[in-house]
Amino acid sequence: MAQEPTMAAANGVQAIHQAALDEGRFLIQRCVTCSKHVYFPREHCPHCGSVALDWVAPSGQGTVYAMTTVRRKPDAGGDYNVSLVDLDEGVRLMSRVDGVAPLGVKIGQRVQARVQLSEGRGMVLFAPLQALEKTAP
Amino acid sequence: MSDTSLKALRGSAAIAGVATFGCGETPGFTDMELLARAAVAAVADAGLKMSDIDGVCTASASATMWAMPVVEYLGLRPRYIDSTMLGGSSFIAHLLPAMYALQAGQCKAVLVCYGSAQRSAQFGRREIGAARRWMDPQPYEAPYEPMQPLSSYALAASRHMFEFGTTRRQLAEVAVAARQWAGLNPEAFMREPMSIDDVLAARMVSDPLSVRDCCLVTDGGGAYVLVRADRARDLPKKPVYVLGNATAVWNRQISSMHDLTVTAASQSGREAYAMAGLSAKDMGVVQLYDAFTINTLLFLEDLGFCKKGEAGSFVENGGIAPGGHLPVNTNGGGLSCVHPGMYGIFALIEAVRQLRGDAGARQVLGAVTALAHGNGGTLSSQATAILGLEAAL
Repeated sequence: MAQEPTMAAANGVQAIHQAALDEGRFLIQRCVTCSKHVYFPREHCPHCGSVALDWVAPSGQGTVYAMTTVRRKPDAGGDYNVSLVDLDEGVRLMSRVDGVAPLGVKIGQRVQARVQLSEGRGMVLFAPLQALEKTAP
Repeated sequence: MSDTSLKALRGSAAIAGVATFGCGETPGFTDMELLARAAVAAVADAGLKMSDIDGVCTASASATMWAMPVVEYLGLRPRYIDSTMLGGSSFIAHLLPAMYALQAGQCKAVLVCYGSAQRSAQFGRREIGAARRWMDPQPYEAPYEPMQPLSSYALAASRHMFEFGTTRRQLAEVAVAARQWAGLNPEAFMREPMSIDDVLAARMVSDPLSVRDCCLVTDGGGAYVLVRADRARDLPKKPVYVLGNATAVWNRQISSMHDLTVTAASQSGREAYAMAGLSAKDMGVVQLYDAFTINTLLFLEDLGFCKKGEAGSFVENGGIAPGGHLPVNTNGGGLSCVHPGMYGIFALIEAVRQLRGDAGARQVLGAVTALAHGNGGTLSSQATAILGLEAAL
């Protein structure tokens, strides 16, 4: 973890998080005091109040908790998915599940995160984790 | 020193006047003009003069210092000012602090007022949304382009359907019930009959919510006047006492909500009922902020009218429509009556009109208690008010 930014860095956590994404790395926080993971990034732990938060790379695996298909005209880019994904680390984030038709995204579906770079700016997207889906209980 | 414990505040203040103005489409009016027309009418309804008003509560979805132009425009010198902005629940959340202020003698007559020309304004919903991306950024959600606030409610609906088997037809029951009530209300903006099949066939916007699962975008102003109970008894209109009020916020972003099927209304409702010494079964008429059809289901559950997960069956077969087992959103709600950006004050005004017996063809007979519930943001803020006539004191 030595190369990872820390809370003592010159920037606020939002900038640190985005800078990592822009380098293709998805980081979340983990509280040193209570061990809970934290997302979105905070300056202190929302669970216990500790200011000792480490940056960690999550497994990237998660489960679709809720989903919607935003309807958009085809010439404007067509319909797209907006999902809430629960990471296996126990935190939730809004994202988009790609690699499957928007209406094919299902709650409970296992998904894997990746960082997509667009004009130098990184964002977390997900794709279905088919193999795991088949072996999940 | 006055007793300002919650128990002592129960019934200590009453709504003495209410008014709406310009509900629907009123091109040519500004937010402030709609607010002012409603404010003046509410003060007159209370049997007071504008010079009697020494407390002001207001909020705006766009102006961040809104209380100042409101005070200036109305020509007041208030001793009590509350411009807490919690989205659409604000005007119900304004009750309890105003009750404290009245009880403490800080002020004698509080005017709560709102106006929005959202439908007719050049600077409308789209422009406000664009401005908010800079003024009120949500950097962890905005990159995924949720259609806000709609998509957040759609996400909650998707989860409710997944966990409890709630159906689009049950959501449509909420919209149809609202439309049937609106048909009895000459002030409602959309009154033509609508069927469940009409809702199911409507244009999908953000699954599972169609355009008919969404509230209206209208113009409108609303206002009410709150005074101490002893003063209300000397004013012309039948006092509507505030028996309980509580506000709860757990999150701003839908992605920060722990359980999309349980809102902070479960807290605001519990605390408002406790202050009132009443429960859901005691409520004669119910007004729930229905920005989207899923709201009504969530709030019926969180406010104790049915068990968690059972609101879908609760609303089936016209359960909350005229003639159903619980009268809900009797003005037609935000879905069919009025929704100028923020609806909360209109839910409260309808509750007062019902208790006074002023509701015309939609009058619920014999109601002595009412619940008015406000919601704000994306299921973010919740404020519950329990109101009652003298018989409920």
